[in-house]
Amino acid sequence: MSGAVLADSGAVERWGVEPAGRKPARFSAGRLGIYAFLVISALFFLVPLYIMIVTSLKEMDEIRLGYLFSPPQHLTFQPWADAWLHACTGRDCNGLSPGFFNSVKITLPSVIISIVIAAINGYALSFWRYRGANFFFGLLVFGAFVPYQVVVYPLIIAARSTGIFSTLAAIIIVHTIFGMPILTLLFRNFYASLPIELFKAARVDGAGFWRTFVYIMIPMSVPITTVAVILQVTGIWNDFLFGIIFSGRSNWPMTVQLNNIVQTTTGTRAYNVNMAATIITAAIPLAIYFISGRWFVRGIAAGSVKG
Amino acid sequence: MTGAVPAPDAVAPAAVRRPRRTTSYLQAVLGTVPMIAVAVGVYIIGIAFTVYWSFTDSKIFPSDRLVGFAQYDRLWSSDRWQTAVHNIWIFGSLSIVCNMVFGYLLAVFMDQRIRQEDLLRSIFLYPFAMSLIVTGLIWQWMLDPNLGIENVIHNLGWTSFHFSPLVDKDTAIYGLVIAGIWQGSGVTMAILLAGLRGVDDEIWKAARVDGIPTWRTYLFIALPMMRGSLATAFVLQAVGVIRVYDLIIAMTGGGPGIATNMPAVYVIDMIGSSQNVAQGMAAATMMLLPVVLVIGFGGAITWYRRRRQEERA
Repeated sequence: MSGAVLADSGAVERWGVEPAGRKPARFSAGRLGIYAFLVISALFFLVPLYIMIVTSLKEMDEIRLGYLFSPPQHLTFQPWADAWLHACTGRDCNGLSPGFFNSVKITLPSVIISIVIAAINGYALSFWRYRGANFFFGLLVFGAFVPYQVVVYPLIIAARSTGIFSTLAAIIIVHTIFGMPILTLLFRNFYASLPIELFKAARVDGAGFWRTFVYIMIPMSVPITTVAVILQVTGIWNDFLFGIIFSGRSNWPMTVQLNNIVQTTTGTRAYNVNMAATIITAAIPLAIYFISGRWFVRGIAAGSVKG
Repeated sequence: MTGAVPAPDAVAPAAVRRPRRTTSYLQAVLGTVPMIAVAVGVYIIGIAFTVYWSFTDSKIFPSDRLVGFAQYDRLWSSDRWQTAVHNIWIFGSLSIVCNMVFGYLLAVFMDQRIRQEDLLRSIFLYPFAMSLIVTGLIWQWMLDPNLGIENVIHNLGWTSFHFSPLVDKDTAIYGLVIAGIWQGSGVTMAILLAGLRGVDDEIWKAARVDGIPTWRTYLFIALPMMRGSLATAFVLQAVGVIRVYDLIIAMTGGGPGIATNMPAVYVIDMIGSSQNVAQGMAAATMMLLPVVLVIGFGGAITWYRRRRQEERA
């Protein structure tokens, strides 16, 4: 049922539809060409990942020989341990793990808060359109297109003057702010697609703004919330710009830590450790991507279509 | 059930109903306070401050001394900013065009009733799930002459082979484009494939009956019918291009020299290490300008169309 609700909301989501082209012959030179093109393209996307994995399992001596594609002769997991625990950024040599936990501390509250706020926004915009509501919504939609750099400095000043600059609170608020346009759009479009009778019935029963939201809307919102969670977790986990500006050195997320580890110029470049660190940083969003499959694309499409 | 709903509205005495309606709407306003705060606080007041500071002589901290358009004069006479603007045009147009062409090619080939469609889609799309920092680092290594593709070809015996765009200031920007294509063409494919599948079956049948070659059907019949998907893919990429920051930081750091600077990098540098807030704000205002123009233009067109439709009706 949850799938059906989403499937109605636009052509972009018509994944299940059969291919529309003409039925091809079983086997021909043309078919071979098609597969050749697709396989070569797939290699373009896969080769970098393959090289990263293989290199992260080699010792530095072997990497220096320069056979990038060959599998490791002496398999070693030391680079992965080093990346997690010992890799250095400047004088600190604690590896990526502090960054990982910082990212968790940033991502969890940001995702929850931003989604709760956006759900209420979308609900109010669909069923309780008070005078001026659409004006604020219009501003938010405009905000979805505004480059971050345009408003980032006023936010720095605001955070400084309230004393939360360089804290977890600052980065969580910033993520909530910049997630709001897309998420509100997402929830508004979802609630607008629900039958209005549902809402009217609740009203007749005497339920007000909050009761209708909690007892009628939230239970209906599972599919759209899934999309929102995927969108937010990957988006916030992958963020670099806000993390480096707002969270403060002790709260730096994983992406910032990774960049610092890799760009550190002291000593020889440990490519194997750096590549292991890079894979570890990409692991969470990649896992979400492969587990969620089509929901992920739905999130991108839903977030961009009407935005 | 639908019919029964309006009845209580009509029956209920207005005096009893009114107050509850109002309190509920008040709750709606209260519930959306964060939205109102962000809309007004960030997208009106925040932007107003950015524009205001661009007319001052702010250095490390905001100042209130107005200097007219002096910051904009300095901005447009600075090599770094001109390089940045030049770069965003090259990077933007090249990566968007390549992504669209490559993405549509992939979509068309994916549309041929192939095996393993899901697997291939996952492969084409996965780079989009990763941070641009990760993408940037990966391609920085791939294009590193001592480690990446060039080194591999040298080891195969072709020692005069040369492919290290990031080292040279004239070609570094094309290295960024390669990473941009790797990251973005899969999403374009996914959006355009959905668009292709949204084209009516009858169209395909009609085209086949008329004996139009398949490639012409894809190019001249299906493509013009997918305006929605094309617009989606384009907007998604255009927004990404203007914001591009992480990719540059990870791949080139804006170098060699100033060769791969972009407006987003310029703004952050100015408000950060260069301690020249007013310059940064002038640059930020310049970044906002095209967005406002495009949205204003788009809004005007929609409004005009709607009015003409209403007049006709």
